[in-house]
Amino acid sequence: MYDAVLSETVTISGHEGDAIEAYSARPLTPGPVGGVVVIHHLPGYDRQSKEFTRSLAVGGFNAVMPNLYSREAPGAADPSDAMAAARSQGVIPIPDERVIGEVEGAVDYLKGLSNANGKVGVIGHCSGGRQSFLAAVSLPLDAAVDCYGGFVVGSPPAGHPLAGWEPIVNRTADLSCPLLGLFGSEDKFPSPEHVAELQAALVAAGKTNVLRIYEGANHGFMQVDSARYHAESAVDAWREILNWFGRYLAA
Amino acid sequence: MCTYLTEKIEISGSAKGGSGWFRVTDGSVYFDHPVHAPYGHTLNIDFLAPAQGPSARVAVELSAESARALMKAIEAVLDSAPAGLE
Repeated sequence: MYDAVLSETVTISGHEGDAIEAYSARPLTPGPVGGVVVIHHLPGYDRQSKEFTRSLAVGGFNAVMPNLYSREAPGAADPSDAMAAARSQGVIPIPDERVIGEVEGAVDYLKGLSNANGKVGVIGHCSGGRQSFLAAVSLPLDAAVDCYGGFVVGSPPAGHPLAGWEPIVNRTADLSCPLLGLFGSEDKFPSPEHVAELQAALVAAGKTNVLRIYEGANHGFMQVDSARYHAESAVDAWREILNWFGRYLAA
Repeated sequence: MCTYLTEKIEISGSAKGGSGWFRVTDGSVYFDHPVHAPYGHTLNIDFLAPAQGPSARVAVELSAESARALMKAIEAVLDSAPAGLE
C-alpha cells in the first residue's frame, strides 16, 4: 500500500483575501480524495494540532489548518507566542466573521488541489469546535465535526467576552451538512445538558447528526500531551471522525 | 471551555527570557487553558515587549491556588517595604 503523505506550511488566501499561514497535510495519491479544514484550539497552531492534521492525511484526506493568529504574529516560531500576541492585541476571541473568512479560504485551497474530489468537511476542538459549527452554518460544506465546542448552546455569563453574542445554535436551520459531535460527560461547557439542547435543535431542524458523550471524559479529552487526554474516548473519537468523513466526503 | 477572559495592563520593568534580559511594556493576565501546565485551566501571565516581536515574552501558567498565593506574597512584600522606596 502506498502511504506517503506530504505535510508543509503553505500560504493561503484568508478572510478578505489576506495571505495567511496554514499547515497542509495530504496523501500523495492521485485521489480523488475529500478535504478537511482543521480549526485549532485557543492555545494555537501548535505541534499537537499539526499532528492531528497529519493524522487526517494518513487517514486518506487532504487537510489544512489555517493559523488563526497569522496576522498578529506572522511567522512566529513558537505558536504560544502567537496566541499571546493575539491576546495582547485584543483579538481573542477572534471575530466570527474573520473565522468564517479563514475557513472559506481553506476550503478554496482544498478544492484547488489536484487530487481533490470537491467535497470538504470541517473539524475543530474547544473554541474551534464552536467555530466548526459556525463554519457549517455559514458555508456550504459536506460534513462537520464539533469536538467539545463551548457556547454553541447557552449564553455566556455576564462579563464573559462572548456575552451578548447570539448563541449559534439559533442558526441550526442553516446547517449545510451532517454534524458529528464529540463530548465528555465531565465537561461543564458544553455540559451533557447543553448537548441535549443541541440535539433537540438538530432534530427540530431535520439535520443529520450523531452526538456522542464519552463517559468519564472531560473537556479537551482528545488533546494529546495534556492532563485531560482520555485515551479510551480519544481512540473511539478518532474512529468516529474517520468514519464520518469517510461516509460524507467520499466521491 | 475556553474562557477567553483577559486583563491587559501596561507595565514597566524588565524580564529575563531565553535570550537574556529585556524591557517589558505590556502584561496579559488570563484564566484559560494552559499550553504546558498539567491542569484544565490556569492563571496565566505574559510579560511582553510587543515592539520586539511575539517572542519577546516571559510566560507563566499557574494553578489557581498558586496564583492566589502569589498575589498574597506580592501584596505582603510591597506592604512591608519601607515607605518611600516605590
